[in-house]
Amino acid sequence: MATYSTNEFKSGLKVMLEGDPCTILENEFVKPGKGQAFNRVKLRNLKTNRVWEKTFKSGDSLDAADVMDRDMQYLYNDGEFFHFMEPENFEQHQASATTVGDAALWLKEQDTCTVTLYNGEPLAVSPPNFVELEVSETEPGIRGDTATGGTKPARLSTGATVKVPLFVNEGEIIKCDTRSGEYVSRVKS
Amino acid sequence: MSPPTWQPSASLANLRRRAQILAQIRAYFAAQGMLEVETPQLCPTTVSDPHLNSIAVAGYGYLQTSPEYAMKRLLAAGSGSIWQIAHVFRADEVGRRHNPEFTLLEWYRVGFTPDQLIDDVAALARLALGQLGCVRHRYRDLFRTHLDLDPLTCSGDALRRAARQHLDPAFDDADRDTWLELLMCQVIEPQLGRDELSFVVDYPPSQAALARLRADDDGQPVAARFELYHRGVELANGYHELLDAGEQRARFAADLRAREMLGLPAGALDEAFLAALESGLPDCSGVALGLDRLIMLAVGADTLHEVMAFPLCRP
Repeated sequence: MATYSTNEFKSGLKVMLEGDPCTILENEFVKPGKGQAFNRVKLRNLKTNRVWEKTFKSGDSLDAADVMDRDMQYLYNDGEFFHFMEPENFEQHQASATTVGDAALWLKEQDTCTVTLYNGEPLAVSPPNFVELEVSETEPGIRGDTATGGTKPARLSTGATVKVPLFVNEGEIIKCDTRSGEYVSRVKS
Repeated sequence: MSPPTWQPSASLANLRRRAQILAQIRAYFAAQGMLEVETPQLCPTTVSDPHLNSIAVAGYGYLQTSPEYAMKRLLAAGSGSIWQIAHVFRADEVGRRHNPEFTLLEWYRVGFTPDQLIDDVAALARLALGQLGCVRHRYRDLFRTHLDLDPLTCSGDALRRAARQHLDPAFDDADRDTWLELLMCQVIEPQLGRDELSFVVDYPPSQAALARLRADDDGQPVAARFELYHRGVELANGYHELLDAGEQRARFAADLRAREMLGLPAGALDEAFLAALESGLPDCSGVALGLDRLIMLAVGADTLHEVMAFPLCRP
């Protein structure tokens, strides 16, 4: 098993801490001029999503976590599990609703998303940064109103609700930023 | 591969301020008739401190982590008070406040007590930082105030519990000094010198380094060592210099044992320095000040690479 020393810790590195896989967010080197050096490390526990701030003695090491991010195509939800496929080898993975979490609100069949595998099993799912989804439910649009800047809620085909401009109608396709949960633009069909 | 970044990481405005501070420092020492010296950056031997790692240069020796030993050889030779701006090197030190190569301003005042040297350091720091007030804290009082612990007498276990209460250490086994250093640099330091120059005095004897020991006002043995902090940044480290060659040799031997325990390489001692001590060092106080950090605070920057033209790595 590979190990990483504190001086190799950098943002995005996946390590095992107290039995859980974690991703390193920040690593700060601190040292009194004459004394022991330390590293103050911020890590996100990938199982609980909790952020830890831990102090290590510089030179201490952690085991690498068998965690990798894979681009996969979202296939379908069978009511219990979400199914994903690796496009290169057609290998399929299933993830529970708990694992998929809020990403489910943005997942459209055939879209490519990032599945984090831990020991080969899905641990987390991230939707693409931008998705194009159909508006399934919203108040009727106000034709030509592109200037007043008002917004209204719109429910999308995947279940997410976003604030959209007043001129957006049901059945239209809109582009959203999944990181902020915000409307970006209308997509001309 | 992306093209190499050739531009300096520091703004030209900061580099101009840097030059101005260097000129002020030279004028300060010149006005007092102090001798500017230069000592080698590359020497056959290096320090034995367990927590300083030197960069070895194959076939030659080591890049120096500080000019201290060479400057003390000059003092023993009768130089009188001396000062130097020295580029020094420390392996594995990379961060917002660390670069493996940095600039130390180091000076020694013959016949000065640590109290006199503290006034001197404050005057020099004010050249760069402006007219700041100055406070002194005993190391012991800081631990009592911030942690309700007596760092000179409490158990290692009490220190471990305090560390667990205030921080989240990923380790459990550490010696007393490691817990003290952790609490000092993570709990106490950030509070020091918010609006003033904050000097910490009377360190635990186990952290004396090259300072002599003395009894404090309560009769406890302490190291005649001080440090300067401003806005939570460690700026300078000073000693009432140890003169006893036998005691120095014993401390080096303890360092080498500590290095062996830590699995670190231990090289030969600097016998020329020890011989100089044996021949006699005048009573003096000395201090090393991190010049890059001083300039960083003077320009209101948060990282060293904002005031160094070309740091080795940008964290």
